[in-house]
Amino acid sequence: MLSFLNHLINGISLGSIYAIIALGYTMVYGIAKMLNFAHGDIIMVGAYVCFFAVSSFQLHPVVGLLLAIIVCTVLGTLIEKLAYKPLRQATSLAVLITAIGVSYFLQNAAQLLWTSNPKLFPDIFNGAAIKLFDGELIITVSTLVTIAACIVIMILLTAFIDKSKTGKAMRACSEDKGAAQLMGINVNRTISITFAIGSALAAVAGVLLCTTYPSLVPTTGSMPGIKAFTAAVFGGIGSVPGALLGGILLGIIEIMAGAYISTSLSNAIVFAVLILVLLIKPTGLLGKQIREKV
Amino acid sequence: MNYPFQKTKMVPVPSHSIIPERDLGKTPILECQHLGVDFGGLHAVNDLNLAIGRTEIAGLIGPNGAGKTTVFNLLTKVYQPTRGTILLDSVDTAGKTTMQINRMGIARTFQNIRLFSNMSVEDNVKVGLHNQERYSAAAGILRLPKYWKKEKAIHERAMELLSIFDMQDMANWKAGSLPYGAQRRLEIVRALATNPSLLLLDEPAAGMNPSETAELMKNIVKIRDLFQIAILLIEHDMNLVMNICEGICVLNFGEVIAKGTAEEIQGNPAVIEAYLGKKKEG
Amino acid sequence: MKKFFTSKMKKSNWLVYAGVILAFVVFQVMSGTGALSSTMEGQLVPVCAYVVMALSLNLTVGVLGELSLGHAGFMSIGAFTGAVTAAALEGAIPNSGLRLLVAMIMGALLAAVAGVLVGVPVLRLRGDYLAIVTLAFGEIIKSIITNLYIGMDSTGLHCSFLNLNFTMQDGKMLLNGPMGVTGIEKISTFLSGFLLIMVTLVIIFNLVNSRSGRAIMALRDNRIAAESVGINVTKYKLMGFVISASLAGAAGTLFALSQNTIMANKFDFNTSILVLVFVVLGGLGRMWGSIIAAATLTVLPELLREFSDYRMLVYAIVLILIMLATNNPTLKGWFARIFKRKGAEKE
Repeated sequence: MLSFLNHLINGISLGSIYAIIALGYTMVYGIAKMLNFAHGDIIMVGAYVCFFAVSSFQLHPVVGLLLAIIVCTVLGTLIEKLAYKPLRQATSLAVLITAIGVSYFLQNAAQLLWTSNPKLFPDIFNGAAIKLFDGELIITVSTLVTIAACIVIMILLTAFIDKSKTGKAMRACSEDKGAAQLMGINVNRTISITFAIGSALAAVAGVLLCTTYPSLVPTTGSMPGIKAFTAAVFGGIGSVPGALLGGILLGIIEIMAGAYISTSLSNAIVFAVLILVLLIKPTGLLGKQIREKV
Repeated sequence: MNYPFQKTKMVPVPSHSIIPERDLGKTPILECQHLGVDFGGLHAVNDLNLAIGRTEIAGLIGPNGAGKTTVFNLLTKVYQPTRGTILLDSVDTAGKTTMQINRMGIARTFQNIRLFSNMSVEDNVKVGLHNQERYSAAAGILRLPKYWKKEKAIHERAMELLSIFDMQDMANWKAGSLPYGAQRRLEIVRALATNPSLLLLDEPAAGMNPSETAELMKNIVKIRDLFQIAILLIEHDMNLVMNICEGICVLNFGEVIAKGTAEEIQGNPAVIEAYLGKKKEG
Repeated sequence: MKKFFTSKMKKSNWLVYAGVILAFVVFQVMSGTGALSSTMEGQLVPVCAYVVMALSLNLTVGVLGELSLGHAGFMSIGAFTGAVTAAALEGAIPNSGLRLLVAMIMGALLAAVAGVLVGVPVLRLRGDYLAIVTLAFGEIIKSIITNLYIGMDSTGLHCSFLNLNFTMQDGKMLLNGPMGVTGIEKISTFLSGFLLIMVTLVIIFNLVNSRSGRAIMALRDNRIAAESVGINVTKYKLMGFVISASLAGAAGTLFALSQNTIMANKFDFNTSILVLVFVVLGGLGRMWGSIIAAATLTVLPELLREFSDYRMLVYAIVLILIMLATNNPTLKGWFARIFKRKGAEKE
């Protein structure tokens, strides 16, 4: 029973990371209708920045996190400006391939700069943990911080999208770009802001990911990136609560499948559940069903 | 404008509709009974009763948003009806899919043109002939004798159909690059290729100039005479409707407000009110 | 007016056949006279396999109009089925050409079965949702094969999943879980690769110019209109998808039997993406484009050897620049003007 609880908490923690990454995917998809495949690699860049800040320059982890956020935001905006913005009118497939190109670029640049030898991410929390039931139930601080970060981010983001002027502009753009433009919304700027927010979230996710899974390589971001994307689709792509729900569920399923069925099959089980969900509800758990106009 | 279109006497049939006298001995090609569909709480179409004779040109008119295209979508099962029955040549179409409806004999065009725009004009018609001249995928890939025989027949039939609108010369054009009027005509040819007994035309004259519309009117009558089929059309061009439609059905807010011949419709106060609004009393 | 016409397609098909034959003859002669470096020599069969992969994916993406991000899954099924079949039949069919053929047919068949299993439920989904499910499928295949153990001894075939739980007195492991298949006899030849490309082209071109192919393309262009003219959506989507899957399976067998060792990780998401890049760069629905893109981009990393560490970086930059140049309206017009000027000078 306690081990189940342990797995559940670990699952929620991993799911929180997926949810934060999925938010970036879902926001960018909702507004620019593109799958930003380079998103996972921005996570990796964020993690490296924090790693060097903390271990090479002996900075405080919070400073490292802030640095990572700044670098990733700038990087995300830059990528959007250089690679995606010129393709605003192109087919979604062309943008997808470009995003893949950016992903290759980031991975290989990271490999050149930092080699493919794994870097051991410093244990920011010194392994601190809360022990309950005579140490049967261990909750590490990093787990708690991850879950808390996810909750805070969700609340802030929801408030931002619902209340702020930019948030309203973002919602308008995701509904109808043409109409939004006619209402005086700067669509290009709104898309850039969305990318910036998504990249900042990716940086946070990158740091959190590496506190739980400390081995850092240039491809660190790709698998979590794909899974977070899966989570976004799972919850209904384009929906912010959907990203949270999808992420958490995915994390729990992955940990449970690994614990009770087989570690080497946990990915397969995650994806099989995704397929099942989409077959029953083709637009994801919280996705909107759109009736095709004839 | 006067066209030498033969107009027959319209006679009533049991389902509160009228059909041309010449079609009286035969069952109507289409009979809708209490047809209705709801979107959420809204009755998009409600209690529609309609019969169409086997060689009738019928019109479905009404103000914007009256539910005309929805009726077409119900007839072709793009939407499944909430209530009522549709009898096609006395056969109930309940539970059928769009594809099956086409095979049963209803073909249609679309208000917003839906051509296979990356394919050639000829190939668009050939897709329409899909269920007319059949051979297996294996025969196609292996180029068996059946392939050559059938492809020859398909090509000849496609050209023949295109010649109705004098479009043979455009056979190799990309459908998406055709002028607007030609795209509408190609949609009609493609629908005809499926060998329907009822042809549904959704605003065939939209975006056409008066001379193109006049040409279209002649061609619609020509198609009816040539193929001996029924045609139901939605149109805002009253000149076209009043000139070629024998029975006319007027919809407003999903309900039938009038049915009858052109003369009867033109004088109907409910129709005038629906189009122009209520006259202020006093 | 030229762009308005879609005819003369058949003439260009013959040009593609001729081009492929010519390329084969040239490389065969170069290989015979020793003009090819040994790395290039080793690349000949994989290039053929990737060309077939690109052609088959182009059938799904360009002709059927559905985005697949898990095409490597079908390649993987073909590769492992083919490798296991070839190894199992080593005694039964001594002729290596015939054994390759049987292995390839088995690979294609099993990939086709997988195509049906995936396609029936999945093809109801639209657009990006279909793409993500194909991605998921590719990953599932990878996990399954990683956990599969097959061995053969005098008593017959042994199979187990997750753990190796059979013991054999004599005989050998055909598929050893995460270690994959080792010690493969390389029976794929450049000639067989060339023949597979030709067969693939014949299948695709003949399909496209037939009743079924027109139905598939009609679904791509406008599903609702296609249904309204009586086309069976499920049947023709599935047909396109399954043919594409089985060709990918055959390509997988060809590839596997040109390698010493194959592991399930080789056919992951990145391989699917790599093939998709070939297809998009070559042009959707343009088969010659896929051939050239697949051949060039498979060889390019080898040619970029002198850049060693930088080669993948250069590859990425080239990819982004090509996409920008071919899809940005401003840049496109700019390039068009340059080429126009060049053309004018020639005259």
